[in-house]
Amino acid sequence: MTEQLISTTAEVIEDDVDLRQGTIAPRSGTQTPVMRLDDVSVAFGGRLAVKNVSFDVYAHEVTSLIGPSGSGKTTLLRALNRMHDTVRSAEVFGTVLLGDTDIYARSMDPTLLRTRVGMVFQRPNPFPGMSIYENAVAGLRFNGVRKKALLDEAAESSLVAAALWDSVRDRLKNHASSLSGGEQQRLCIARALAVEPEVLLMDEPTSALDPMATLRIEELITELKDRVTIVIVTHNMQQARRVSDQCAFLLMDDDRAGKLIEFGPTEKLFTDAKDPRTLDYVNGLFG
Amino acid sequence: MSAMTLDPLSDPILERRQKIQEIAQASVGRRKAYSKIFIVVCWVFLALAVVPLIAVIVYTFAKGIAAWTPDFFTQVTKPEGIPNGGVWNAIVGTFVIGLIATLVTVPLGLLVGLGLAQFEGKLAGVVRFAADVMTGVPSILIGIFGYIALVTRFGYSGLAGAFAIGLIMLPIMIRAGETAIRGVPPQLQEAGIALGARKFIVTRRVVLPAALPGIITGSLLAVARGIGETAPLLLTIFGTQFFNSNPTKPMEALPLVIYNYSSQPYSDLVQIAWGAALLLMMAVLVLNIGSRVLAGFLQRERQ
Repeated sequence: MTEQLISTTAEVIEDDVDLRQGTIAPRSGTQTPVMRLDDVSVAFGGRLAVKNVSFDVYAHEVTSLIGPSGSGKTTLLRALNRMHDTVRSAEVFGTVLLGDTDIYARSMDPTLLRTRVGMVFQRPNPFPGMSIYENAVAGLRFNGVRKKALLDEAAESSLVAAALWDSVRDRLKNHASSLSGGEQQRLCIARALAVEPEVLLMDEPTSALDPMATLRIEELITELKDRVTIVIVTHNMQQARRVSDQCAFLLMDDDRAGKLIEFGPTEKLFTDAKDPRTLDYVNGLFG
Repeated sequence: MSAMTLDPLSDPILERRQKIQEIAQASVGRRKAYSKIFIVVCWVFLALAVVPLIAVIVYTFAKGIAAWTPDFFTQVTKPEGIPNGGVWNAIVGTFVIGLIATLVTVPLGLLVGLGLAQFEGKLAGVVRFAADVMTGVPSILIGIFGYIALVTRFGYSGLAGAFAIGLIMLPIMIRAGETAIRGVPPQLQEAGIALGARKFIVTRRVVLPAALPGIITGSLLAVARGIGETAPLLLTIFGTQFFNSNPTKPMEALPLVIYNYSSQPYSDLVQIAWGAALLLMMAVLVLNIGSRVLAGFLQRERQ
């Protein structure tokens, strides 16, 4: 019985691959890389901001990027869904694989990529003038989804996942601006989740929130692991320790470009780091 | 594949992900096409807007450059039939009128702008509204106002012209000053206040220097706008064929030369009008470009 179920679901996966949906990561289990960064560098106007970063992002885990300001955490994060495409002076080198596709390949449409690799920003940025519901389904509408049933289903599912459904289900038509800061950020998470991305990038998602709202987002991040793979940038080391499974420590090099110092399981990085600089940083000796 | 252990229950999320991806994939071609069409439309309208602009500049240059002889810059305007006419008197007139208007308007507008930026209240709202309305007042009305207010009492003069031009420039200067001062981060003010400085000192030593690039740009743009106005001058400075640098007497100005000579049946006067048009256009262009360059330079200087 179980065997049969596994084989049918395995077929679904193969079908997905055939449909050129990319490799759909397993929902749980062993460490399978969904994204692989190989020798990634980012330059602005010819000046390197991040150089030669390589690591794997494992499916259904939380990977945190930590490091002092200027170490290129956000810059690196934005290379993972081609946000740098919108900056004329920016150049990205190296390879970023999503499944087995190079996201910088000519054949990769950046808009389609971003439906698979979503993003949540530092400050809550719900679209003004749109209702809570419209915000939640905005990504679907932008991508041509018109079927009401699918929109409703995605809105509910993503709002539930963002732990917002219970408090907003009776006021979905209200403006998003009527929500508190923490709720707005969770709405933004729901908005990103509604298109069912495989990977969710979070750029210091709690830096504009109070401790209680931060706590709720952190709990949320752990709950969401089942649904998406998360890469989170945080300036808060304790947050990285609390929420992430893997941790990448970046540091500005002598040439002012961010460099990966160490990558590994979060607990190991915080207790038994190989590099003395990692140890000093996680112990709060600098940064 | 066997390593992948999936949630054995039905997986609505994977299902929905697949559905959404299919729809997104299916619509990406259409969306790309829309995007291309939109970009083309933007370029077409850009061309529609820019072509006349460039045409005016090129045409004025082609027509006007022939008038630029040494006499044009050194001789005064002369009636038809007398050769070697120039616009020296108009150049001086425009310069003097512009200078007087600028010297009065820039400090005044800046102070009003400063007030608008620093004090919120009903009065500020009224002043701001008045300035906005004044920006939209037809310039001929400003001319008539100058005529009634000054010319009927003191006669035609450069000063009356400067007054009218100043009225055109003032609202522009007020809004430019307000915008520049509002652009200064409030944290800078707070830092000054936290050092025990009075508001006046903070404004003079911190806010105004920080707003300087914007103020200079705004002033130059206001001047560029002012010296190109014709209607306010028409009713206030009268025009004269003699050299006159005394602003209490009737003066000549470039817009007036263009207006008066372009409708003349004599080709040499029309030629002078083209030359004056080119000169005025170049002056305005230099002021505009200069304000940008200067603002950029000051901005970079600060960093």
